[in-house]
Amino acid sequence: MSKLNEITIDKEIDARGSFCPGPLMELIRGIKTLPVGGVLVVLSSDPGSAKDIPAWIQKARHEFIGAFPEQGYTRFVARKTH
Amino acid sequence: MEDRMSIIVFSGTVDKLLAASILATGGAAMGLEVELFLTTWGLEAFRKDNYKTNTKISKDFEEYGPVMMKQMMAKKVPSWMENLKSAMEVGEVKIYACSMTMELFDMKLSDLEPIVTDVTGVATFVERAKEGRFTLFI
Repeated sequence: MSKLNEITIDKEIDARGSFCPGPLMELIRGIKTLPVGGVLVVLSSDPGSAKDIPAWIQKARHEFIGAFPEQGYTRFVARKTH
Repeated sequence: MEDRMSIIVFSGTVDKLLAASILATGGAAMGLEVELFLTTWGLEAFRKDNYKTNTKISKDFEEYGPVMMKQMMAKKVPSWMENLKSAMEVGEVKIYACSMTMELFDMKLSDLEPIVTDVTGVATFVERAKEGRFTLFI
């Protein structure tokens, strides 16, 4: 897992306070707007999304860079691979 | 077998429409082709502009209606119609109106919200659902 501060973030979406499937939807929409190789960050405080997000990234065959817990939310980082 | 999820929307209460819309969203997010079949009260709920004033809740839980609405507003939960629109943005979602119900209620496709894809008969829906992975009745 790469160190967060070594990666260039292309887009950050704050989905805190939004409910499942909100954060996942934001992630999907966000990834659509990125060029291949782009890195997206989604901030989510919803526990349902905590499982949905990595599962979706894996299923969609993008790179799941990691889930970084913060105070009261999690930072999900993914890279668009195709 | 197709990567399809079929949902028969029979109910017209906001609580059930919300559940249907979230399931549709989940299906779309996971790459399934989602098809909704609107019948009876579900069809009525898609009559043009109806969703703007629909606050009906299932009879058994009527007394929770106002509380639920308030909670949804406080937590900024998107409405079922908004969910369906978002679902259409992230995946393949089609909404079909049951032709029999349309006949019964004397409706035309133009009487329905533009989000409705088309009118089909039950046989078409069953044939498509049969090829899918699962079908829900809400």
